[in-house]
Amino acid sequence: MTKWYRENAPITAEILTDEWMRLKRGSVTRRHFLGVTGLGLAAAVLARQPGLFNSAAYAEDLGTTMSLATWPNYHDPATFEAFTAATGVAIEVNVFGSNEEMLAKLQAGGTGWDLFVPTNYTISTYVKLGLIDPLDMSKLPAFSQASESVRFTSEGAVEGTTYALPKNWGTTGMAVNTSKIKTKITSWKDFFEVAMTEADNRAMVHDYQLTTIGSALVSLGYSFNSIKPEELAKAEELLIKVKPHLYGISSDYQPGMRAADAWMTMCWTNDGAQLNRDMPEIAYILGTDGGEIWTDFYAIPKSAANKPAGYALLDYLMTPANAVKEHIANGAPTTDSRVLALLPGDVTSNKIVYPDEASLTKLEFGAAVTLTDPARAEVMARFKSA
Amino acid sequence: MPLTPERKRQLTTAALVAPAGLWLFVFLVLPFMAMVVFAFGERAPEGGYRAAFTFAQFVNLPSRAAAFWNTLMIAPVGAFLCLIVAYPVAYYLAIKSNPKYRLVLVSLVVVPFWTSLLVRTYAWMYILGSRGIPNLLGMIGIEDVRLLNTPGAVLLGIVYGYLPLMIMPIYVSLEKLDRRLLEASADLGAKPVSTFLSVTLPLSLPGVMTGVALVTILLLGEYLIPQLLGGGKVFFIGNALVDLFLQSRNWPFGSAIAVMLVVVVVIVLSVAMRIAWKVSGSRQVDLV
Repeated sequence: MTKWYRENAPITAEILTDEWMRLKRGSVTRRHFLGVTGLGLAAAVLARQPGLFNSAAYAEDLGTTMSLATWPNYHDPATFEAFTAATGVAIEVNVFGSNEEMLAKLQAGGTGWDLFVPTNYTISTYVKLGLIDPLDMSKLPAFSQASESVRFTSEGAVEGTTYALPKNWGTTGMAVNTSKIKTKITSWKDFFEVAMTEADNRAMVHDYQLTTIGSALVSLGYSFNSIKPEELAKAEELLIKVKPHLYGISSDYQPGMRAADAWMTMCWTNDGAQLNRDMPEIAYILGTDGGEIWTDFYAIPKSAANKPAGYALLDYLMTPANAVKEHIANGAPTTDSRVLALLPGDVTSNKIVYPDEASLTKLEFGAAVTLTDPARAEVMARFKSA
Repeated sequence: MPLTPERKRQLTTAALVAPAGLWLFVFLVLPFMAMVVFAFGERAPEGGYRAAFTFAQFVNLPSRAAAFWNTLMIAPVGAFLCLIVAYPVAYYLAIKSNPKYRLVLVSLVVVPFWTSLLVRTYAWMYILGSRGIPNLLGMIGIEDVRLLNTPGAVLLGIVYGYLPLMIMPIYVSLEKLDRRLLEASADLGAKPVSTFLSVTLPLSLPGVMTGVALVTILLLGEYLIPQLLGGGKVFFIGNALVDLFLQSRNWPFGSAIAVMLVVVVVIVLSVAMRIAWKVSGSRQVDLV
């Protein structure tokens, strides 16, 4: 994996070993060398000067760098390399663990992101706060509204104006290492019970109020989106009771699960599919008592420095041939029937990625109010500082 | 009217101090004042800050008692552990090592600082994780050892990360040590141990106090190591602050905690200075 892509991402154990072994053999990759020495950046700055180097791939001047804010393990690095090869625009990737963090950065201003990946329930708030632009659809010819599934994509538009295009949908379930945990887990109620018993010191919850509080609420029989004080108090009580038994509180749970330091975690579809693909003993389970269903979108911040490149990358990602590769690497289900048609059978028949309709009925989309509700934020903060 | 020499000297001093004073005002006093103003405000409905005058944030401080407690417990323990490890190293560097190689050895202490603490902490995540030391222990029959995401891992990370900051001041104070005093002590019949206890150690105390104060103060603001090696479970004030600004978007409460942290640092610093004066018997101790 290239340095620019990993820059702000935690380095995984595997990559660390790779780099270390490579270093021991005395070989350094070209891109790594350029990245470490700063020569790559220097070349990029030079290339920004008009007339020095030119890429004719796109009519508009796309510059040489752009910035994308997204989630851990969410893209195929090859996609970005191909985009850079086609346009000359290098993509700097910023990785986040929660929508709240993204909102906080955008509210503080000057993020420099040209494209980012907010989740369905946040978009109305971004529009209300004037943090994202309505999309100029004429610059996105690869997108097709007709082939999108309305069930998953309606929250990208606010009052008839499209502000965001769907990346993929997914669910929030549990990843369980079945070679370590023998209890059969089927619900969030089981999850929290096993976390305190068989998976003592081996379970992880997200560093993210929506899913951590939401799943605790579901396990108690309440709505995933509840902001009722007495229900939140019960959820807080449960979380604080569980905390001493947890292995960690982090939204980047793949390293822990892969090393089998953690045996069980709250998990998003795409991570579940990736973990299960590489370690079949890790099962992905949806709660029979409920949980979350979600769609992630692409949106362009009002403060974007390089909007032409933001649009170019967005259009590139909306092109079915490119989107297919992303979906195969990332493992999350598509909202676009054109992409679905191109996906190989082993992906579309994967029950983690495309679960039965019945297992989805109890799941809820996140509600906009949970993003800004101070009580939920405070419950999460108190849980973490307990 | 011509300036008197006295007046002239005062003006020169003022002119020389002005840049540093301005720097301190703009980058220390002003932000701190902004923080105090924020601390009396309230959280805007969508997060951030809204002007108000309320003590609610300060009233809410006890809800972060655990974070304050963790930090105030771990900071001195971490500093003490650093000291235990650092003193022999500094002693060896300053007194025992061959002067020819001394510079090389001292730079070896500093070299880790050339790499970001983040990267080095990730290396520890790998070493402490299942595929690292626990894996080796497994080979000799000690199964299921958990090292990562424990308070012990946090302490280890702290000692590792802050060690050079402790070694350096102690090294400097030992290096300045007049060797003739050691010879005199030996001539007067003191054994090496009593020479160390009655000459070397007392004379190096200013360095020790500087190191302890430096490490303790920096530790009070630490957040990276507990996050990465403690798995987000071992919560420091620094983590509470990151959370309040980046997730809860509750700037006023974050500011109140930050103000409280500054108060704590000032208290810790003045206690440390008091102890240093007592120990050294003079007011000539340079702290930090």
